[in-house]
Amino acid sequence: MRVALEKRNQRSHMMTFLVPVCSLIISLLLGAIVLRASGANPLKAYFAMLRGAFGSRTKFQYTIREAIPLLMCGLAVGIAFKLKFWNIGAEGQYVFGVIGITWVMQFWTWLPKGMMLPVALLMSLVFGAFWGGIPGVLKAQWKIDETLTTLMMNYIATGIAEYLYITRWKAPRGNMGTVDYPSYAWLPSFWGKIHYGVFFAIALVFILYFVMYKTRWGFELNMIGKNPRAAECQGVSIKKNIILAMLLSGAIAGLAGGIEAAAVTHSLTKGVDNGYGFTGIIIAWMGGLNPFGSILVSILMAALKTGSDALKIMKLPAAMGDVLQGLILLPLLAGSIFTDYKLLFIKKQVAVGEAKK
Amino acid sequence: MQDTVVVQMVNITKHFPGVLANDSVNLILHKGEVLALLGENGAGKSTLMNMLVGLYRPDSGEIYVNGKLAEIHSPQNSMALGIGMIHQEFMLVGNMTVAENIVLGMKGLQLIPPLDEIKAKIRELSTRYSLSVNPDKYIQELSVGEQQRVEILKLLYRGAQILILDEPTAVLTPGESRDLNEIIKKMLAEGKSAIFITHKMDEVMEFSHTVQVLRKGKCINIVPTNTIKKIQDLANMMVGRDVLFTLDRGPYHPTGTKLEVRNLTIKLPGSNRAALENVSFRVNGGEILGIAGVAGNGQQELTEAITGLRRITSGEVLINGKNLTNHPPLDVIKNGVSHIPADRGKMGIVGDMSVGDNLAMKKYRTRELSNHLVIKKNKMRSFADRLIKVFGIKTPTRETCAKFLSGGNIQKTILAREMDNCKGILIAVYPSRGLDVGATETVRQNLIKQRDSGSAVLLVSEELEELQMVADKIAVMFEGQIMGILDVKDATTEALGLMMTGVSRRQA
Repeated sequence: MRVALEKRNQRSHMMTFLVPVCSLIISLLLGAIVLRASGANPLKAYFAMLRGAFGSRTKFQYTIREAIPLLMCGLAVGIAFKLKFWNIGAEGQYVFGVIGITWVMQFWTWLPKGMMLPVALLMSLVFGAFWGGIPGVLKAQWKIDETLTTLMMNYIATGIAEYLYITRWKAPRGNMGTVDYPSYAWLPSFWGKIHYGVFFAIALVFILYFVMYKTRWGFELNMIGKNPRAAECQGVSIKKNIILAMLLSGAIAGLAGGIEAAAVTHSLTKGVDNGYGFTGIIIAWMGGLNPFGSILVSILMAALKTGSDALKIMKLPAAMGDVLQGLILLPLLAGSIFTDYKLLFIKKQVAVGEAKK
Repeated sequence: MQDTVVVQMVNITKHFPGVLANDSVNLILHKGEVLALLGENGAGKSTLMNMLVGLYRPDSGEIYVNGKLAEIHSPQNSMALGIGMIHQEFMLVGNMTVAENIVLGMKGLQLIPPLDEIKAKIRELSTRYSLSVNPDKYIQELSVGEQQRVEILKLLYRGAQILILDEPTAVLTPGESRDLNEIIKKMLAEGKSAIFITHKMDEVMEFSHTVQVLRKGKCINIVPTNTIKKIQDLANMMVGRDVLFTLDRGPYHPTGTKLEVRNLTIKLPGSNRAALENVSFRVNGGEILGIAGVAGNGQQELTEAITGLRRITSGEVLINGKNLTNHPPLDVIKNGVSHIPADRGKMGIVGDMSVGDNLAMKKYRTRELSNHLVIKKNKMRSFADRLIKVFGIKTPTRETCAKFLSGGNIQKTILAREMDNCKGILIAVYPSRGLDVGATETVRQNLIKQRDSGSAVLLVSEELEELQMVADKIAVMFEGQIMGILDVKDATTEALGLMMTGVSRRQA
């Protein structure tokens, strides 16, 4: 028996759903090997992770809270990916958003109390848009490759953040980190650990779905992503749309940072670059660039992160969660071939007949 | 039958979503024979051949090679059986040499291939079949005709006995076509056989021993070529009705200048050669201006300059009297210019979007299909359905991805979109290139319809016959310049041919 690939006549809808699910299962199996190698019982470890992520009300709340910035970063890169603009700089745009909100929270104390939070969130959005807009302009005007610029700008953003929280904006006490934001301007929680940011994220899902599939602009983005030359012939400006999409992408990543800072960390400090922007790339891919698809995936990714804390109890490194996240991406990328191709199992030919004359 | 049958395809059936591409087709190829597969675009010729080389699998039916039942699952399989195919788009790597390309991907090749041996074998094959190619040259340095020879060599090197050629002359000059004919004759003399996909009748007559006509996935007729009396018969067989070789057109009533270019010059970056030099002409409403010339003499640059896709170094473009020099494409579109671009797949359609979406790509901005923000999906659907019906686009549904349509139907989709929305000026670049008789007829009729309704039409074409049949005036381009503009009644093939080689109107 032999196995061959054959191109499908149409993309398989079932496969666009099955591939991520199977990738998850395969990554769990691969993860089991890693766990086994480090001397743990994989089943027990997974069970511990599951309990760590969803085992109690608080744990569930933690997981959902973790999913909020992940979902938003996934949505952010998803917009750019729709245009085949490979924005891998959501991390930097997120950090810049935190810098933006921290600036307002620290120095714009003359604002009326009720205005503080909205203005600060708006600033995080503007800062993120600015940081995302730069590679957009570079690409549109001078065709500078965006994978390089967006990646490099992550490190610049993190560097600027470090400079600020270690020297210029450092709180009088301690070695690093700004003073906490005024507590009246925190983004409050409504159920345990879950804060109002979750509504921002859900609203964004609906808004982006609407923008991408129902509006003229979404139609244009789709055209550019699938055939930029034809879009240009139809009068769609590629330059303008790359810049617009990157401003929006950066704005959402920046807002993700702003919400996280306003609701959870309440300051700019070490650990602001905790990888939400990078995980967002996995989320956008696994969700098939569909905003609704990203919801489930971001909860899953959050669970891998919160759940891996439970591994510490089993004397396993918490980095195991990162390992599993990475392991998901591999079968997913390899598996995407099945949406365009199908497998054929070919029996060894036995019959050797005479041609009919 | 006394001849040896090398390939026999029996009752081959193949479905694509919504389309029956091949319906119980039989095919027989004898040793030393050239079989021409004749049919319109979308008749199922390429599909049938793709099954013979293992790119598709038949839903049902059997293939016998040299009398044995063959299961062909991949091009490697078919190559092992001695069957090789030369596709319309060549599968060559530009920055590798001829010799490297020929052995690329062969099984059993050493880690460091013995290039000298390989080259010697290539030279031997080239002399044997008079396929002159230098094995040390890089593919990107070769002309299209030479690249095709490399493709043939590639198959011969691998020991192919049966060659399938998919519209091989579409990209060749008349001289190169003649060479190809010689090459094929030499191969036949050695006992090889060939299948030839084409929709050109004169080629059938010139190259083949037997013609098999396909229409809508069915085999219509198989006849020995030397029994065919009239080309018209073949054409009718292929299309299934009488083909008009003449077109109805209204009287010539020019209504004043709609499109004008003045002293248009385009310098190519990084070279001092000009792609366009001092080009000036006017097109009136109710008039078709044809642009003749060998491809690559500035026609593409000219149309891109008018439509705003390319920067103009100096000169002016006036559309309905308005100066739109170096304006973005959207301004040009809004001022009434429709454009049928040269490259259908790359510029004309978005292959991964639906036929309906593709049809709406110009009109989605208007009130009819959207308000400022939101697209009216329902309106868009009925709009698409109407155009599909009016222009006779053959598509399973409006939601089918445009890339699954045949070349002719892709062109009809573009025509429908551009013509329905045409507000006075139509620029058509090689609109009938690669299309079969039926689709070509549709294209030409629509161009004339547009002219008769008062539009200014600029038609770029390589085919003099087409220009003489359709245009009111013909301008000839050579090396970026206009050699002269003739009234169609003065535009004899001889006069045009002379101008195409650089003799200007005044000299002639």
